[in-house]
Amino acid sequence: MGEAIAFYTFAAMILGFGVLVITARNTVHSVLFLVANFLFVAALYVLLGAQFLAVIQVIVYAGGIVVLYLFVVMLVNLKRPPEAHRDRRRKTGLGLAFSLVILAEVVAIAVFGIVQPAQLAAPKAPLPPEAANNIEQVGWMLYTQYLVPFEVASMLLLVAMVGAIVLARREL
Amino acid sequence: MIDLIVLPLIKIVFVLTGVLITVMYLVLLERKVQAWVQARLGPMRVGPHGVLQPIADVVKLFVKEDVTPVRAEKWVFTLAPIIVLVPSLIAFAVIPFGPEVNLFGRPVPLYITDLNVGLLYIVSVAAIGVYGIILGGWSSNSKYPLLGSLRSSAQLISYELAVTLTFVSVILAAGSLSMVQIVEAQHANGVWFAFVQPVALFIYGVGALAETNRNPFDLPEAESELVAGFHTEYSGMRFALFFLAEYTNMIVVSAVATTLFFGGWLRPFPNVEWLSFLGLVPAWIWFTLKTFALLYVFLWIRATLPRYRYDQLMQLGWKWLIPLAIANIVVTAAVKVILGS
Repeated sequence: MGEAIAFYTFAAMILGFGVLVITARNTVHSVLFLVANFLFVAALYVLLGAQFLAVIQVIVYAGGIVVLYLFVVMLVNLKRPPEAHRDRRRKTGLGLAFSLVILAEVVAIAVFGIVQPAQLAAPKAPLPPEAANNIEQVGWMLYTQYLVPFEVASMLLLVAMVGAIVLARREL
Repeated sequence: MIDLIVLPLIKIVFVLTGVLITVMYLVLLERKVQAWVQARLGPMRVGPHGVLQPIADVVKLFVKEDVTPVRAEKWVFTLAPIIVLVPSLIAFAVIPFGPEVNLFGRPVPLYITDLNVGLLYIVSVAAIGVYGIILGGWSSNSKYPLLGSLRSSAQLISYELAVTLTFVSVILAAGSLSMVQIVEAQHANGVWFAFVQPVALFIYGVGALAETNRNPFDLPEAESELVAGFHTEYSGMRFALFFLAEYTNMIVVSAVATTLFFGGWLRPFPNVEWLSFLGLVPAWIWFTLKTFALLYVFLWIRATLPRYRYDQLMQLGWKWLIPLAIANIVVTAAVKVILGS
């Protein structure tokens, strides 16, 4: 019961802040609503018993990525009202079509989810007894079952980092 | 019911009151220590040797006029000091002041909670505090605060990396992220991690000075260049919140250093039998003493060292501390594997 109340409160908050992100007039306010949104997503993770993911969500998204957004928004002057941004090249119809496709997809997923609830995939190798808490379980899964995707992701980040440095300093 | 709601609430009230009173007297202590270093007396007028000075200061801050600049972004301007203060206060949720004690026939742990991701929780909470500083500077709609907040956030983000990397080597040494278990690991090993991880302690110390905007890294509020940095336009109680947050952060980083490197609540030499009379002093007093010793180091450094130049600060962070911290992790992991097999 308590869990359900908490879930629906957090879900309502996430949706509410999500709507505010795209409706806020001031871009800095949008970014702040995005932070609040991420914090409530972290709260959802806590509710699911995934404290590690929750903390990482706050550190990486709220603490890292959105700070960069804030910098960009602050340094690029966006004090003009949104109307002033009217751009000839903007393809309103195309954007609308894409959003409708994505909306249809989300609705389809929701309908299928209700008709046929997903089964939890069992881990291929059973977790060892010493993997008692959340962090150890995540670590165990990352370095056994998901080793290849994990390493590929780390390579991707490394390449992105090198690329950023090369772009920033062309004379290197 | 009692264990779930009443007891934690009582503990929260105790910790918050304790922290706020400590902050008040930390400011007095700072003024006194500065004065003694410079062969002055410091505050002497209010109460004997100025012991009532903090109360006078608080009253002054409360009754001061609260000015909001005309062109400021009112909503964000009000929110910024709150965003700075709240994270530094809730960081105390995972700091262990002592082990379980028996109080009125009931086992009471002397910490609010023991998360199994305790150390990461502190990192994540600290990451939120940056927003307040950026927004405070931006919403003032004034040049000096904006420059101060840009400097400050760049500094915080740079040094946060180095500090978080030192945590990794401590976690490797302790085998856990829970603050309580890190202290217990130091008990089991019979040695403070300050001696196991001296490099990590050094990097943490430098990073902690930078993260709390203290001398010699107090560039965000360098008076000679930026008036007062990101809080130039703030006055009255809102300025007091920034001030409170800065000193609370000092206490947080000192308490974390005590927990990670100086054995937390453990008495000195916890495994030496003939020193067991030291155990007569309650554990939380040892914790407080160690934390205050570290806070004193903060004040001492402020009275001793001049301010860094901004480019030197960035060079130190990115080119020295972060590589050193990564090397320290590699060495720690290698030693751990060799000793383990």
